Amino acid sequence: MAGHGTTHVDAGSLWGGKVSPFSTSYGKLMMWFFLVSDALTFGGLLVAYGYTRHTTDSAWPIGEETFDSLPFLGHGFPLIYVALMTFILIVSSVTMVLAVEAGHRMDKKGVIKWMIATIIGGFFFLGSQAWEWSHFIHGSHFGSVELDNGSRAIVKGHFGEFQSLTVVESGKEFKEGKTISPSAKGHYKMDADEMFHHFRHASMNGHVHDNQFTLHDGSVVKWKRHADEHLTLLVKTDGSGKAFEKVKKIEGKEAEKEYWGAVNSGEKGRIIYGADLSSNEYGPSQYGQFFFFITGFHGFHVFSGVIINILIFLGVARGTYHRRGHYEMVEKTGLYWHFVDLVWVFVFTFFYLV
Amino acid sequence: MERDDIIEYSLDTHHSEEQGKKIRRKIWLVTAILTVITAFEVGVGMTVHQDSPSWWIVKLLFIGLTLLKAGYIVLVFMHLGDEKKVLKYFILVPYALFVIYLIFIALTEALAVNAAWDQYGG
Repeated sequence: MAGHGTTHVDAGSLWGGKVSPFSTSYGKLMMWFFLVSDALTFGGLLVAYGYTRHTTDSAWPIGEETFDSLPFLGHGFPLIYVALMTFILIVSSVTMVLAVEAGHRMDKKGVIKWMIATIIGGFFFLGSQAWEWSHFIHGSHFGSVELDNGSRAIVKGHFGEFQSLTVVESGKEFKEGKTISPSAKGHYKMDADEMFHHFRHASMNGHVHDNQFTLHDGSVVKWKRHADEHLTLLVKTDGSGKAFEKVKKIEGKEAEKEYWGAVNSGEKGRIIYGADLSSNEYGPSQYGQFFFFITGFHGFHVFSGVIINILIFLGVARGTYHRRGHYEMVEKTGLYWHFVDLVWVFVFTFFYLV
Repeated sequence: MERDDIIEYSLDTHHSEEQGKKIRRKIWLVTAILTVITAFEVGVGMTVHQDSPSWWIVKLLFIGLTLLKAGYIVLVFMHLGDEKKVLKYFILVPYALFVIYLIFIALTEALAVNAAWDQYGG
């Protein structure tokens, strides 16, 4: 496509200077060198991920369990969202290669059209990744739970929403005897999500006892909520952190007793929600760290790719490359953009699929 | 100063409307292939669970399909397949050698560390 492969260069001019032994321009060759070094960085990161995964004895999270949500639709859609992200990136790679092809025909309008499409695709991917990070950091309504025997389980099911909170002990803001609910007046009015937000905060810090928890103002409230549905605990590791051969499933009454027993124990750290750099509800702490670093580093590449694409697009729109007589700059930025897609193909496989 | 290198090689890269048509057909074909592979991977990932006995086959299949996708992206989208052979191997061979060695040594070491944890605890 680049058209060099067929160009015959005889030995005389090859060694006589002015001819690249690779039959390619300086700029493109340097872009390839840069991409090789960048590929080594990503290769190193993914190999480090594989190393950690093979050294640890505790069960590693499974992609289809961890990433099973869609925006607005909730959970129960394993891998669909990341597949969508992959598809967005593949499509924007295609529009990029079409822009390069249009450039080879000196079709300025075509280059403009396809570069705009590529930039839009890049923004879509970045937006998707922002949502995914936000979802990963906030986690599920249940979080993960440390059982009485010290093992940790991830929790599946549908969380029963909060209906109301009755204040049993006054604080600075909320007074005893009053009820916080979606239909209450003033600052006693809270919807289910807000109530959950307060509960989550208390639960994370071990401020929950006997179905009561402490609000940020120091008041203590007793909750009324719908029943949980399909509550299931998946125990993957024993008390010492070693992985079981087979995942142990706890369901029904026993799951409820174990989970809410741990919540009501008032011990800090029994329930972990979402992820940060020190712990996460999905699995070993390294899992979260690698997730943030690898997808973050890739996202940073996408971001800089979009910026470079915009700069090159401005050059195209102003006719700079048309006057120059060739669209090689589009080809070079295209190489970088395809590389970003290439890295994602590997991240997709090793982070989400296997 | 005029950059003769850039102009000399870049002018070569133009192609006609007719060639363009052919190239575009190839691009869309590769798009379809990549999409189908990804959809297939997601389908298998959703149906076969990691604790099933045939998981290792699926795992190898995923890695194979990933390399296939990577091949299409590098050789067609990045045009490396159309460059001179010497450039192609100049880029691919050193990288492949290094990464295969890195994977080999890292995973071997990781399994040894894992075994040591098993034996001596931690």
